[in-house]
Amino acid sequence: MFDSKKIRSDFPQLDRKIHGKRIVYLDSTATSLKPQSVIDRENEYYTKYTANIYRGIYTTSEEATAEYERTRQLAARFIGASLAEEIVFTRNTTESINLVMYGLSRTNLANQEFVATIMEHHSNFVPWQQITTGFGLPFRIWNINASGQLNLNELEKLITRKTKLLAVTAVSNVLGTINPIKEIVRAVKHLNSRCLVLVDAAQAVPHMPVSVREWGADFVAFSSHKMLGPTGVGVLWGRRELLEEMKPFNYGGEMIAEVHVDHTVFKPSPHKFEAGTPHIAGVIGFGAALEYLERLGMEQVRAHERELISYAIKTLDRVGGLTYLGPKGSRMRGAVFACTLQGVHSHDIAQILNEDNVFIRAGNHCAQPLHEYLGIASTARASCYIYTTKEDIDALVEGLLKVKKIFA
Amino acid sequence: MNLYREQILDHYKHPRNFGKLTGAHVSSEEVNMSCGDKIRIEIILSGNRIEDIRFTGEGCAINQAAASMLTEKVKGKSVAEIMKLDLQYVEGLLGTTLTPSRVKCAMLPLEAIQKAIWTQTTQK
Repeated sequence: MFDSKKIRSDFPQLDRKIHGKRIVYLDSTATSLKPQSVIDRENEYYTKYTANIYRGIYTTSEEATAEYERTRQLAARFIGASLAEEIVFTRNTTESINLVMYGLSRTNLANQEFVATIMEHHSNFVPWQQITTGFGLPFRIWNINASGQLNLNELEKLITRKTKLLAVTAVSNVLGTINPIKEIVRAVKHLNSRCLVLVDAAQAVPHMPVSVREWGADFVAFSSHKMLGPTGVGVLWGRRELLEEMKPFNYGGEMIAEVHVDHTVFKPSPHKFEAGTPHIAGVIGFGAALEYLERLGMEQVRAHERELISYAIKTLDRVGGLTYLGPKGSRMRGAVFACTLQGVHSHDIAQILNEDNVFIRAGNHCAQPLHEYLGIASTARASCYIYTTKEDIDALVEGLLKVKKIFA
Repeated sequence: MNLYREQILDHYKHPRNFGKLTGAHVSSEEVNMSCGDKIRIEIILSGNRIEDIRFTGEGCAINQAAASMLTEKVKGKSVAEIMKLDLQYVEGLLGTTLTPSRVKCAMLPLEAIQKAIWTQTTQK
């Protein structure tokens, strides 16, 4: 049973009062709040077994190594990966994507092409724009239809025998659109079996069941901090053979098997991609986040969010002049609402809501190409997670009505 | 702190000196990418002073009100006087102090004005 009251009691920040009033946190798309178990797990490393991993022949180092590697196992299981070795820890989704981009930039890219969707976050857009600009290669954009969705028929025009990679998000951080990744991958591979598909899953893995094996993609990137875990930890999942053949992104300690004056032998993946001392405490804390979500069950998380989406769609309707982007039903969208309110700038909306501790995001949410495509300067975005309640949505709607009154 | 006072809302809803200026001597455009504020300033100079000024663009209430108020104030002022204006001055006009995230919105119009006249004076 999904008990949001019980869940809320796990998040210490939700107890905080500002100006004597409770906090309504509606910016989980940017980063999620952290449960006590994650904070404790990270703290435990700092208070009980601080040591570097892999190299110490002593108890605490072995404990730290075991916990760090256990998170890798948990992450693999969480996203349905076949092997823990396919999980690379990075700093965040952005670094995961850049790791692939730099890896590819060390291969022969002559006559290759890249494709990204217009709804990508800058982190899955700028790397591909830059690599194509740098090598003088075509960079094609997969646009959306009027309801904010991708049309799979367009792939025939976009994917050629020369396409090296398609960059696509699983869930848009602005539109909320859930893209049919499995179908997209199948269609792409049908057109060009060698074309790689990189999925930005930063807004998918925290919110719904994900199986990378079922998706059939080549690379999947996501972040710990958007799914209850610490900041500074990201994941790159890659098909093993691709990771094995890809060149490392960073060189240095921990990623080497042998170093001689004239050459170096690297460790196998994932270690060859984790040069230097990683964010040990963060990765260990991320383990607690994965366990927390596993206990809840991702089917239940998604069901809770779908209920919130239906409720939000219904209640936001009460605010005249308000439009939200993306699909209209709860089936093909996530619990994120990027809104425009006639005659009011998103900054002003966010500022006025802040007066009542309703925290939302204003701006273009690192998706400027999408905003330009839609001809909108900025949007006010409210987003939900496991601790979000219908009362939070009510507070949002009340705040929006107040905004309308002020600007009437 | 009540940011959305009558005066700010009035300038936002009925911006003064809004529109294009024919025969402008100098102009400049500033954008605040993170929030989508955009402003274009056009100025007619008379010697070393601003004779007329108009602005176009879109932005939040703070941004638009600051532009509207500033364009009223800088008319007749010399380049040297305008170059000295700062955040404190803009906050004075708005009648409030600003949180760090809103400083950029409020300062964009002044930055655009200063850039326009500075380009002009350095070209001379």
